[in-house]
Amino acid sequence: MNHEPLLLATPSGDALNLRPEGPWTAANVVTLETLSRSVGADVDRSRVVTLDMSGVSALDTLGAWVLEKLSRRAASAGRSTEFVGVADHFSGLMDEVRQVNRHTPAPTAAPNPVLARLGDLGKSTVGAREDITIFLQMLGALFMAVVGVLRRPRSLRLTSLVYQLYRIGWQAIPIVALITFLIGAIIAQQGFFHFRRFGAESYTVDMVGILVLRELGVLIVAIMVAGRSGSAYTAELGSMKMREEIDALSTMGLDPVEILILPRVAALVIALPILTFIGSIAALYGGGLVAQFYGDMGPAIYIARLHEAITVTHFEVGILKAPFMALVIGIVACSEGLRVKGSAESLGRQTTTSVVKSIFLVIVLDGLFAIFFASIGM
Amino acid sequence: MDAPQDQFAIRVRDLVVGFGRQTVLDHLSLDVRRGEILGLVGASGGGKSVLMRTIIGLIKGQSGTIEVMGQPIGGHGRGAATTWGILFQQGALFSSLTVRQNVQFPLRENLVLSQELMDEIAIAKLEMVGLRAQDADKYPAELSGGMTKRVALARALALDPPILFLDEPTSGLDPIAAGDFDALITTLQKTLGLTVFMVTHDLASLTTVCDRVAALADGKIVAIGPMRELLQSEHPWVRAYFHGKRSQMLQHEMR
Repeated sequence: MNHEPLLLATPSGDALNLRPEGPWTAANVVTLETLSRSVGADVDRSRVVTLDMSGVSALDTLGAWVLEKLSRRAASAGRSTEFVGVADHFSGLMDEVRQVNRHTPAPTAAPNPVLARLGDLGKSTVGAREDITIFLQMLGALFMAVVGVLRRPRSLRLTSLVYQLYRIGWQAIPIVALITFLIGAIIAQQGFFHFRRFGAESYTVDMVGILVLRELGVLIVAIMVAGRSGSAYTAELGSMKMREEIDALSTMGLDPVEILILPRVAALVIALPILTFIGSIAALYGGGLVAQFYGDMGPAIYIARLHEAITVTHFEVGILKAPFMALVIGIVACSEGLRVKGSAESLGRQTTTSVVKSIFLVIVLDGLFAIFFASIGM
Repeated sequence: MDAPQDQFAIRVRDLVVGFGRQTVLDHLSLDVRRGEILGLVGASGGGKSVLMRTIIGLIKGQSGTIEVMGQPIGGHGRGAATTWGILFQQGALFSSLTVRQNVQFPLRENLVLSQELMDEIAIAKLEMVGLRAQDADKYPAELSGGMTKRVALARALALDPPILFLDEPTSGLDPIAAGDFDALITTLQKTLGLTVFMVTHDLASLTTVCDRVAALADGKIVAIGPMRELLQSEHPWVRAYFHGKRSQMLQHEMR
C-alpha cells in the first residue's frame, strides 16, 4: 500500500498505453503532477491513448482527476482515448469525475488598470455621498426619536440610558483622567524646558491653561471616547444586526433608533462634557505637579498665574464643543453598526471604519469650531 | 483488502464525558462500521453533538477510548482533514474567503500542488456536490442555506477523507432541498466509499439514507440497528421518539 504511484507509458506505433500503478491519491499529489507532466509529450504524439487502470491500488478524486485530465488532453486534440480495466469500486468515482469541469466559465477579462482606478475613484465618490446621506438620515431619525420622547416622556429608556452612562462615563473616568494628566504634565514640561531659554517660564502656565481648556482636553477625551465607546457601539449594534435582533425589534413595531440608538447617543452627549471637565482638571493638575517639581514654581504661584491667564471663556469654548463631538461620535458609531452585513469580516471592517471616521470627524469639527470661535471673538 | 479488526471506522469504548458535575455521556460504547451511514438520534441537549465533538477531538473525554480508523484520537493532529471531513450545522464556512478558496483551504494547508490543479479540484468538488463553477467566486454571505451546506460538504470532502461527520445536515432546509441533500450524501457515499456519521432529527433522512440508526438516551446508546429494528425497540425513550404523534404521522404518510 505504501509504495509510490507509477505511470508506465508504453508507446507502440501510433498507440500509447498508459498504465498507472500504486496509490493515486491526494497524499502523493507531487508525484502525480510530475508523472502526468512527464507523459504529456507522449500523449500529444500518439493517435490512440489507452489508460489501463488495473494496476491502481487506491484512487481518490484528485488522482482520478489527474488521469481524466490526461485523457481529456488527448481527446481535445481529436484522438481517441479509452479507460480499460477500471476496478468496480473505482468506476463510480471515474464516472463522476468524467462529468466535472466540463463547463469552464469564460475567464473574466482583466480590466484596464486606468479604467479600474477611475472606477474606484467614482465608487468612493458615490460612497462619500452615501456616507453623508446616512449621517443625515441618522441625525434626522435621532431628532424624531427625541421629539417622540419629549411628547411621551415615558418612552425614554431610562434604564438603558443609565446603564450606558455607567459604561461609557463612569467606567471611563480612570483612563481618561490618567491620560489627560500625562498630557498636561508633558506639555508643562516642554513649556518649562523651551521657555526657560528666553526667561518666559511663567508663560508656561498660560500655555498649559489655554491649550488644555480650549483644545487638548476636549480633543483628547473625544478621541479616547471614540476609540473606547464608539467601537463598542458599532460592534454591539453590528452583532445585533447579524443576529437579526434589530429586525426582530422592527417587526414588533418598535423603533430601533428610539430603543437602541437614542440611549447610547444621549449617554455620550451627557458623558462627554463631564469627562472633558474631569480630563481638563486632571491635565491642569498634571501641569501643576510638573511646575512644582520641574519648574520650581509652587502651587500657590501656579494657581495665581492660572487665575490671571485663563477666563471662563476658555473653559466655555472647550466644554461647548464636547456635546457636538459626542453627537458625531455616536451617530457615526451607530450608523456604522447598522451597516454591518452577515459576515464576521464585515463587523471588523465596520468597527474600524467607525473609529477612523469618528476620530477624523472630531478633528475636522474641532477645526470648524476654531474658525467659528475666532470669528465671534471668543 | 482490510484485516478483520479494520472493519470499524470508529470505535468508542466506555466513554465518559461531563461538564462540571453533570455527566453527559456515561460509559458509552459505539462502533461505526466502514462504509456505512450511521444515523445518531437523541433528545435535544442529550449529548449527540457532544459525542460527535468528542470523537473529532473538540471535547476531551474523562475516561474511555476512541479509535478512528484504528488510531486513537489525538494522533491525527494537523493531518486531521485527511482522516475526516466535518459538516457543521451552520456550515462554518470561512466568511472572508470565497467559495473556491474555502474548498481549496484544506488542499492548500495539507498538500503541495499547483494552483491550476487546485482550481480544477475545487471546481470538481463543487460540481460533485451539485454547484456550478459560476458560484465559485461568491462569498459565504451571498449563499442560500442549501448552498452553504453544499459548499461546506465540498470543503469537508476536499481531501477525500474516509469518514464524513454530518451535524444535522438537513436542518433548516426545505423538504425538497433536504431530499436532494440526502440523495447527494448517498451518491457521494457510494462513489467515494465514505463512512458517514450523521447526527439528525430528520426522520425522512433516517429512513431513506441511514444503514443503521443509533439512539442515544441517558448518556448511553440504548438501541442500534437498521431503522426497522429500532421501530420495534422496547426502550421507552426510543418508543416515544419513533412512535410519538409527529413520527407516527410521518410514517403513516410514508407508507
